[in-house]
Amino acid sequence: MAYGIRLHVWGQHALFTRPELKVERVSYDVMTPSAARGVLEAVHWKPAIRWEIDRIHVLEPIRFQSIRRNEVGHKAPAGTIKRAMNRGDLEGVQLLVDEDRQQRASTVLVAPRYVIEAHFTLTARADVSDSEGKHLDIFNRRAARGQCFHQPCLGTREFAAHFELIEPGAALPARNPAAETADLGFGTPRDLGYMLWDIDHAAPGRPSLLFRAGLRDGVMEVPAPGSPEVKR
Amino acid sequence: MTTLSRRHDFVLIFDVTNGNPNGDPDAGNLPRLDPETNHGLVTDVSLKRKIRNYVDLARTGEAGHHIYVQEGSILNEKHRQAYIALRPDDAKAKKDAKLNPKDDAEATALRDFMCQNFFDVRTFGAVMSTGINCGQVKGPVQMTFANSVEPVLPVEISITRMAATNEAEQKKRAEGAEESDTRTDNRTMGRKHIVPYGLYVAHGFISAKFAERTGFSEADLDLLFEALTNMFEHDRSAARGEMTTRKLIAFRHANALGNAPAHTLFDRVKIGRNVDGEFRALDDRGLGNLAPTRRFSDYTITIDHEGLPEGIDILELV
Repeated sequence: MAYGIRLHVWGQHALFTRPELKVERVSYDVMTPSAARGVLEAVHWKPAIRWEIDRIHVLEPIRFQSIRRNEVGHKAPAGTIKRAMNRGDLEGVQLLVDEDRQQRASTVLVAPRYVIEAHFTLTARADVSDSEGKHLDIFNRRAARGQCFHQPCLGTREFAAHFELIEPGAALPARNPAAETADLGFGTPRDLGYMLWDIDHAAPGRPSLLFRAGLRDGVMEVPAPGSPEVKR
Repeated sequence: MTTLSRRHDFVLIFDVTNGNPNGDPDAGNLPRLDPETNHGLVTDVSLKRKIRNYVDLARTGEAGHHIYVQEGSILNEKHRQAYIALRPDDAKAKKDAKLNPKDDAEATALRDFMCQNFFDVRTFGAVMSTGINCGQVKGPVQMTFANSVEPVLPVEISITRMAATNEAEQKKRAEGAEESDTRTDNRTMGRKHIVPYGLYVAHGFISAKFAERTGFSEADLDLLFEALTNMFEHDRSAARGEMTTRKLIAFRHANALGNAPAHTLFDRVKIGRNVDGEFRALDDRGLGNLAPTRRFSDYTITIDHEGLPEGIDILELV
């Protein structure tokens, strides 16, 4: 890939929520392409470019832990805020957490570590000042210095992601030998079932796009946008 | 108010003595534990709750410092206070029955209104169901779980109470009174879970780019650090025991995007056991014969200032 980048990311926990199990969240086994895109966009993104994930390397064994937290049941109603704005008075604009309590468990990944391989393409919003080289340079410079627009996260914001650029030509970080099991597709490829590929923000109703994910020797290949492997 | 223009990363070190820093609803309110390592955990939301409570306490009724996600009862009153006149917005004058804003402009106006008035929305963000525009405010401040530096041992303490909970229980008590010893009969047994001692570390990130969007200012940053310093002082309760902020170390980058990876900065804060005034790494095999830690002075915290990347300032706030 001519404009490919590789980013090493890791953290204490990760939560890539399965859309079908999101009340009491359960994470996918592996980082989703859309989460990987979010990590890259946290480092560098402009409307002129679009990140496309090529593959994700899993470097640690897949392990889970359950964490239950007190959460708030509701979102802020826009109507209430609007009324308060018109009235010029904040009465009633609040969420009372004690009265609106939901205890929810999350099944999260423990000590995940990945390498994201990706490239970007220019979008219709690119103008003459945008060239592949420029954005590639910006990304590489920022990632190498540890700069970011905001600290990337592994699924949700409480699980911060640390990141490190893998320079072109450099070797991948070593995989934990304990991870080289059938669980990660060593020996025989492991089928991970349908996984969220990304959300189609352009289409009405923002439908989810899915793909049949699998691990082969610790690597998950991600189909290109528009390819027949990406299902609606 | 000048919005924050430099990225910050911070390390918060706090301890607990004979208390439960954060109960686990899944484990009968036992202190949270990492089941693999037995290190204690305190969730990000628990710490954020304390920051909100502190700001609410310290800045009650001050313009722009309202708290959106409130702990009910006590705080309702402050909303009765008259509030500064807001910018009149003609476009919003006609009231729609629809709950969602009509267009992006209105969604933005709603978001700005919330950011201006509520410290916690400006700081941590909030999800507002504003339909088309997603209506999410991502706050500049992101916090992680706090971990104890060494495994903690939660202790279960049984306690007794000399009163009845409700009338039914009272009646039962009265009936049984003649036959048995009232004193023992009336007692209710309860449980408390404590951590005898634990030193916890949490990491935080403040994105200057997100601060730009929510209007999180330098003054807000000072208030956030003030809250992190003092929040435990105003969160005393029977369950918590003694909790104290022991260290707050902020890494200030010279620009918005930052000058160094956060993990390399966090690695500069080293926590070890204090053995006769000497720093010993926590994984030192020689520590096995030492008594368990029971006070802050059993630990030593050092900050490595050597070879600091250009553009990084270390602020030792506590």
